[in-house]
Amino acid sequence: MRYLGLTEADRRDMLETIGVSSIDALFKDVPAGALNPRLDLPPHQGELEVERAFAAMAKKNVSPMDVPFFLGAGAYRHHIPAAVDHLIQRSEFLTSYTPYQPEISQGTLQYLFEFQTQVSMITGMEVANASMYDGATSAAEAVLMAQRITKRSKAVLSGGLHPHYRDTVATLMDQTDQPHVAAPVDLAGNEDLSTLIDDQTACVVVQNPNVFGHLRDLTSLAKACQAKGALLVVAVTEITSLGLITPPGAMGADIVVAEGQSIGVPLSFGGPYVGLFATREKYVRQMPGRLCGETVDQEGRRGFVLTLSAREQHIRREKATSNICTNSGLCALAFTIHMSLLGEAGLTRLAEINHGKAVQLAEKLAEMKGVAVVPQAFYNEFAITLPKPAAGVVEKLVEKKILGGVPASRLFPGDKSLENVLLIAVTETNTEGDMDKLVAALKEVL
Amino acid sequence: MNRQGRPTTPHAAANSAATGTLTGNRGLQMEEALLFEMGQDGRTGVDLPDAPKVKDRLGGLRRAGKIGLPGLSEPQVIRHFVRLSQKNYSIDAGLYPLGSCTMKHNPRLNEKMARLPGLGDVHPLQPVSTVQGALQVIDTLAGWLKTLTGMPAVAMSPAAGAHGELCGLMAIRAALKARGDVRKRILAPESAHGTNPATAALCGYTVDPIPATADGRVDLEALQAKLGPDVAAIMLTNPNTCGLFERDIKKVADMVHAAGAFFYCDGANFNAIVGKVRPGDLGIDCMHINLHKTFSTPHGGGGPGSGPVVLSDSLKDFVPVPYVVHGKDGLTLVESGDTKSFGRMKSFHGQMGMFIRALAYMMSHGADGLKRVAEDSVLSANYVLASLKDIMSPSFEGPCMHEALFDDRFLKDTGVTTLDFAKAMIDEGYHPMTVYFPLVVHGAMLIEPTESESKDSVDTFVNTLRGLAEKAIAGGENVAMFQAAPQLTPRRRLDETRAARSPVLRWKPGSNGAPIDKAAAE
Repeated sequence: MRYLGLTEADRRDMLETIGVSSIDALFKDVPAGALNPRLDLPPHQGELEVERAFAAMAKKNVSPMDVPFFLGAGAYRHHIPAAVDHLIQRSEFLTSYTPYQPEISQGTLQYLFEFQTQVSMITGMEVANASMYDGATSAAEAVLMAQRITKRSKAVLSGGLHPHYRDTVATLMDQTDQPHVAAPVDLAGNEDLSTLIDDQTACVVVQNPNVFGHLRDLTSLAKACQAKGALLVVAVTEITSLGLITPPGAMGADIVVAEGQSIGVPLSFGGPYVGLFATREKYVRQMPGRLCGETVDQEGRRGFVLTLSAREQHIRREKATSNICTNSGLCALAFTIHMSLLGEAGLTRLAEINHGKAVQLAEKLAEMKGVAVVPQAFYNEFAITLPKPAAGVVEKLVEKKILGGVPASRLFPGDKSLENVLLIAVTETNTEGDMDKLVAALKEVL
Repeated sequence: MNRQGRPTTPHAAANSAATGTLTGNRGLQMEEALLFEMGQDGRTGVDLPDAPKVKDRLGGLRRAGKIGLPGLSEPQVIRHFVRLSQKNYSIDAGLYPLGSCTMKHNPRLNEKMARLPGLGDVHPLQPVSTVQGALQVIDTLAGWLKTLTGMPAVAMSPAAGAHGELCGLMAIRAALKARGDVRKRILAPESAHGTNPATAALCGYTVDPIPATADGRVDLEALQAKLGPDVAAIMLTNPNTCGLFERDIKKVADMVHAAGAFFYCDGANFNAIVGKVRPGDLGIDCMHINLHKTFSTPHGGGGPGSGPVVLSDSLKDFVPVPYVVHGKDGLTLVESGDTKSFGRMKSFHGQMGMFIRALAYMMSHGADGLKRVAEDSVLSANYVLASLKDIMSPSFEGPCMHEALFDDRFLKDTGVTTLDFAKAMIDEGYHPMTVYFPLVVHGAMLIEPTESESKDSVDTFVNTLRGLAEKAIAGGENVAMFQAAPQLTPRRRLDETRAARSPVLRWKPGSNGAPIDKAAAE
């Protein structure tokens, strides 16, 4: 076995030092009959054989590399610079543990500090943590944090919130029978949540742009929250949007949660991704997750440590702000590197390209008979209505070798009002040729 | 700050005082500024085409003002992160004996497989007909996990170990609710991982500690006394956090079940028994598996992890969505519906990138190799225990499982603490073992060598610890060395109190080059 370091002679020597006659003697505490079960699994294999098996599985998938591709709905295809994947595979990043020994973890700690700074900057918030699992779990943690801060229980969930986020929040709140109000599905993008906020409301969770693509000014909602003492939690599923649009912090958000996948992290069939979590400085001691802070070493040199850990499970146990331990370190690193490469100019340009291409496609689709683009204002993703069920249309497009979007029915199963709605995302990876192919294929299918 | 992005004054002043060099660098140990201190407008590390000329549809929400991100070229970015990387310890560089964390070798084949076109780049919401291979990876991995644990079902979506614990307790809560049984208490040993009580609290349970016996196992009498009609579950790590197999585990299961409660097993230490013992044969109801421990997916400086949860027949109906099922046209996903599922835990389907790596690891080892993993990890830990028991102080009599627990009795009256001892290991080129955990012994040192190490490597490690223990016990001038350690690292001991008292959690404009510590800078 290529990954094991002991030889048979080593094993004999080591058993002798220990003073037992066999390895099984070390397992003497295992109940009788439970040791060494027969396992119906294949024996070990070489690299070549394993590679063949995976190549065969990979071939059964349609790769977005090979076809015009327009899926989004919480996960987006973006180009990742070659340097990102090279750097995250450096041994010292890839194969290190959580930086509990800061003297030999300054590399990890410094990039976490830089990550926290980047996330604070783009969301327009004061502080950010060192990452959560993904956008949806960040949203759930934000609700718990709002409950701790306001000492209230109710959460109001926007009808434009991605259903995976809505359901992740609801599942967690159900554990302690906390009330949550999910507003009706908001395809039109004109919901008024202020009427749902009362003096029991801990927070309102709203996504911007929302799941149907609507981009809204949340300033008045923030004021409505503030008037009732509730917090505004803003979820962002497409983080590149903040290169171009007003950040949630500038609209009055109290907590911003986001999916960071679009920067540096591959689609990878849905995970691992990286949850972003940012808030106001005054709430920092109520935050979930790890925080990296600046300090000095005993010679007065700047250095970094994990800090405020009195919030965390390994110190605080049942009184911790969250149970999170392992988070998304390496994905946060990928995000930090990609964001460093982009810089102000690159992120802005990238966002302009995404938006520009989306506008181009929206205009082409709007000209088609029976097709309507739903949102007026959007970033790189928008819902369209079709004259027939979107799921069937998407299947027909697959036959034409096009991955043509996400039918809303995939996210809102059973909702007849959304049966004909298709969600389309456009990024810098889409060429004009891709868009023309989609339009031509849709004309045939509809 | 100069234009090359190197810190000059006043950090360099402080640095040079410490190192005696002009730059603050020490040969290959490079000082490195923050990204934000080296950026310049008009520079970027990507080349993008012009944006299409369109009338924007941003509804008047175009960002006003700058974000403040620094502009850097690709070589600057690469040098920055390479220099940062060189300040980290890693498994690839040395033995990483962090008990309970299972820092084993991370095979690069796994990385390669996770990046294959068609696996690394597929979208989670593609039509299922276009992702049959991805679903096959999930289904195959699920099969391995069920076989290795002897359990009938597995929930694949939890994102890490603690998330898996949450999944298990949610399933237990749903099962209790389905039978109209409201229970309020969770029992967990005092030695439990902090995530256990934190997870229980998230689900609204109070946590009641179970004491341990003198030999480090669950005290059955105390357990019996604590069990009652309001106990929802016991959370028990096996092998436990003292590195010991809970030899009465079947009795524990029987007692817990007799009280109408469930048995949650924390599978963080599954590495010790994989391929050797099936937890399903021991009477458990559910267990999370850290793919980033037992199945070698890289820890990545703190994640991502993956924490699938195996479930017994009594819990399997309550699994979270989504899950993969065999349909008439191949594999398909159940993403919602009217089942008894307790709901959804995160976006999409789970940590696919980690699934691929874990499956590649399992296929590489096979049934024979995985059994060897457990055996060698236990053998190496016992070898460490046997080799050091005369000089350090083992907390419990062996044999241990995959990790050996020592406490600080051997340091008594030396003036050297567990922390000092750990920091001295750093100067010898080792990452310290886990210290001060578990909480049930004083000044704990938990050593997990893993199966990845050769005997030579373990011998050198053992000899180093022996030498350090001798120095500590000899005392005298040596004590100062321990208290000053580490001295050879990019940074010496850091002021954690200062970090927590007035937290600086981000860089801010204007803090460029500001003295970090005035006293030190002057």
